[in-house]
Amino acid sequence: MKSRQAVVVEEYSPRGHGGHGVSLMKPALAIALLLCVLSIPLLAATPDMPHFRWENFTTANGLPDNHVFSVLVDGSRIWAATENGLGLYEDGKWKVFTTADGLAHRAVLSLALDKRTGDVWAGTMGGLSRISAGRIDTFNQLNSGLSNDVVYGVAVQGEYVWTATAAGASRYNTRTGQWSLFNERNTPMYEIWTYAVTVGPDKVYYAVWGGGVLEYDIKTERWKDYNDPDGETEIVLFKDQGLIHEITTSVSYVDSILWVATYFGDSRYDGRNWHNFLTKDSGLPSNFTNQVKAIDANRAWFSTDKGLAYYDGTNWALYRPNLKTGAPEMYVRDAEGNTTPVAVETAPAHNYVLAVDFQGDDIWVATAKGLSHGIRQK
Amino acid sequence: MLAGPARAKPESDEARYLSPREMVLSPDGRWLYVMCEASDEVRVVDAQSGSVVKTVAVGHVPRGIAMSTDGKKLFVANSWDDTVSEIDTGTLKVVRTLTTGFEPNGVIADREGKTLYVANRLSNDISVIDLASEQEIKRLAAGRGASYLTLSPDGQRLYCTHVYPKIGAHRTPPESEVTVIDTQRQMVVERKPLHNVAGVFHVAVSSDGKLAVAAQLRPKNLVPLAHVEHGWAFGDSLAIFGDDVNGVVQVPLDELERYVAMPFAVAITPDKQKLYVGSSGSEVIAVIDIPKLLTYVRATKGPIANDLSASANYVVGRIPVGRNPKGLVLSRDGTRLFVANRLDDSIGVIDTASDVVVSSIDLGGKKDMTSLRRGERLFYTARFAFQGQFSCANCHIDSTFDGLQWDLEPDGFGVDIVDNRSIEDLSGTEPFKWNGGNPNMATECGPRTEKFFYRSQSYNSAELADLVTYVMALPYRPNRYRLPGGELTPTQERGKAVFERTQTKNGTPIPQSNQCGYCHSGPKYTNTKLADVGSGKPTDRSPLVDVPQLPNVAYSAPYLHDGSAKSMEEIWTVFNPHDTHGVTNDLQKDELNDLIEYLRTL
Repeated sequence: MKSRQAVVVEEYSPRGHGGHGVSLMKPALAIALLLCVLSIPLLAATPDMPHFRWENFTTANGLPDNHVFSVLVDGSRIWAATENGLGLYEDGKWKVFTTADGLAHRAVLSLALDKRTGDVWAGTMGGLSRISAGRIDTFNQLNSGLSNDVVYGVAVQGEYVWTATAAGASRYNTRTGQWSLFNERNTPMYEIWTYAVTVGPDKVYYAVWGGGVLEYDIKTERWKDYNDPDGETEIVLFKDQGLIHEITTSVSYVDSILWVATYFGDSRYDGRNWHNFLTKDSGLPSNFTNQVKAIDANRAWFSTDKGLAYYDGTNWALYRPNLKTGAPEMYVRDAEGNTTPVAVETAPAHNYVLAVDFQGDDIWVATAKGLSHGIRQK
Repeated sequence: MLAGPARAKPESDEARYLSPREMVLSPDGRWLYVMCEASDEVRVVDAQSGSVVKTVAVGHVPRGIAMSTDGKKLFVANSWDDTVSEIDTGTLKVVRTLTTGFEPNGVIADREGKTLYVANRLSNDISVIDLASEQEIKRLAAGRGASYLTLSPDGQRLYCTHVYPKIGAHRTPPESEVTVIDTQRQMVVERKPLHNVAGVFHVAVSSDGKLAVAAQLRPKNLVPLAHVEHGWAFGDSLAIFGDDVNGVVQVPLDELERYVAMPFAVAITPDKQKLYVGSSGSEVIAVIDIPKLLTYVRATKGPIANDLSASANYVVGRIPVGRNPKGLVLSRDGTRLFVANRLDDSIGVIDTASDVVVSSIDLGGKKDMTSLRRGERLFYTARFAFQGQFSCANCHIDSTFDGLQWDLEPDGFGVDIVDNRSIEDLSGTEPFKWNGGNPNMATECGPRTEKFFYRSQSYNSAELADLVTYVMALPYRPNRYRLPGGELTPTQERGKAVFERTQTKNGTPIPQSNQCGYCHSGPKYTNTKLADVGSGKPTDRSPLVDVPQLPNVAYSAPYLHDGSAKSMEEIWTVFNPHDTHGVTNDLQKDELNDLIEYLRTL
């Protein structure tokens, strides 16, 4: 995989509290004001955000590898894409699929469920595998029309399986066995390193690493690209005027809303307006986002290198082990930017979060050091 | 997408053969509905009197028939049309036609009559069709060559078998499966593995649901076929599974000199005492004592599939029937067994108390024997092979291929491995064999078959002429990738340009002899010559291979003379490193895909 940005250990900093000019006031007044300011978050009602009890899985309790790139909920079954095999958690036990079972490669990067058939599609470092009632069929760039063996993303849209690969996008027609490839020759894709794909009833979106977002209109079969309007790689000049950054890592399309994750912040697009999220003006713990996964038009989960963030359209919540001590922590940030710590006893397995999936009110979290099950408490 | 040659329909009943293949009985047992493969129809027979009361025309080359639980509807899978005809049993008219996947062979409705399942042989899947909306709501991945469907007595499980093995690693034992579908969830929930099996046909389930039986072939294709005279080229066998046994148990049907070649249909009596297995090659119905079978299986340690002495413990009879028996149907009370004698155009009726054919129903059809029909009979009978072990149809299932690679000649273990080629539309593709050694079909089917396959004196000259007539008349099946008007899609057009190009992408001329269209030229895309495309192996006696024809090449994987390329892609991504099999290494992946899309249209 591409090199991930180094994990920077820092404390979660409540932002947007004002607080400027205190040093110019008289000490007594300043102290009084400071006490007032500091008490505001305590006096204000803390938004009611989801609370979880976290149960973590590692190799110590059956996970095939602690590096978990993706997770997929399939009813009561949980699939874990790890660096060393595909894990299936069922009835309290782990079953592991490896290359000996026909898996395309030991390193599994992405997962998708065909809800109609129950088949699971796994994108790996060595091709695409279909796991169907225990049988594994593998497609790679040598034995099939798949564009490249490194399959970062996979999604199922009806009879089509879309893949995001290191050499463009591929679409497999499961009925006819035909492949369609999309790359710089037939789309606006100027960078072919596609990193993630999401599908909706009318659109397919690709996160193109270094190339923004590509949109495929299912009806018209036309492609359109979305790019960072300022073209700057390290700064944001035109906030909310377009995609936050070209280095996109994830897309999620729900209720006709597109959510985009990048290594430099995140974006939400409603088809007309963009809204961008940065640590300085949101509850994101980091701009380095591996995945965004939306629940609906307003709510989404952000998997970052400094913890797991939840946005309910107004407020934010952060779940992680403390970056220094590893102690479980949770923060809630309200619309005004007030941040409140919440006492918790458990946390996800690691702050470096790569992906999530939902199981009713529960959440499953893929991290760099294990898989976590967030069991909703309230 | 479907375009194929329209078949001219003979006008009179006397002008055509029928080839009854499958049957169903009405719930009250009064009517026998016989699906006729050659005449594209269903014949309605009074099961008591044996008289044909009605003929219902359906689509081209029907292969499967099923009845709704209430008996009001018949469903017929039209394999050449990619459709299912729904027949109202009250009016005996086709009331609607439903679209399926490629080459539907098996069809069955769920108990509630809401959902239709269709096994598609060429798309290797199962169409799930909502009968209310007439929409195919999904496809379920099945085994390669998905063909036969059986519903469990409680309607909860559907079993699907397939006739071609999974394309696996080269020169490894064939692998097949029974695909198990949960009809409530409409999903595949299990795949019962069938090791060393290629070619699985009908499944029967006992009335208590505890015993399921599948007819199957165990080919011995990894060792030289010279072992025919040592007792086995194919293991005609059964896979049994269910609560009555532990896992999947494969049991042989054969005995030395008494083979049950090409077991096809199976039927279990309601009292679960007898199992009937139709041998379409040996032209007998094998009778199996189920209590004895279960006793033997439970008492025997270790695998028994290769024990030629085993079947004597449970095969208790062999009932001679007509030519190429296919479908079997038991009357509701289990007292009569109907046998579709496909190449006699008749239905044999067996009294299950005495296990004797007590009557025969003449379905009509052409009575004069043509050379073509005689040849077809020869193709499907096993009586010519050494000890009657197998027929042409063992390797050419339903006159196609078997997806296997064989070590045919006694030239040493593993020498000159050859992939089994498709035999449709062969005219103009001579010579035959991968080494081009047989100048014509008479040589191919005559001396070669006698010497290397049958290991016996086989056909006389008249028979050989008939067989050749049949084989050379095998038609080109409809191509599913060509647009109805025959035009090409933009992708296919691009692929055609790659196929026809004369220079590489940087402008370097491609030698004529290395252009695709040089070897793959003419109406069948073969120049009928030998060529060295660099695919030879150290175990091959010569690197020269006969240029294969390409019509419907999409369906006949694996590829190359020895079947080492699992897909068309592998021909060029794996086996053409030095551009000796056409110049392809300058192609981008999407350009190679374009080429393949064009080849699929041929």
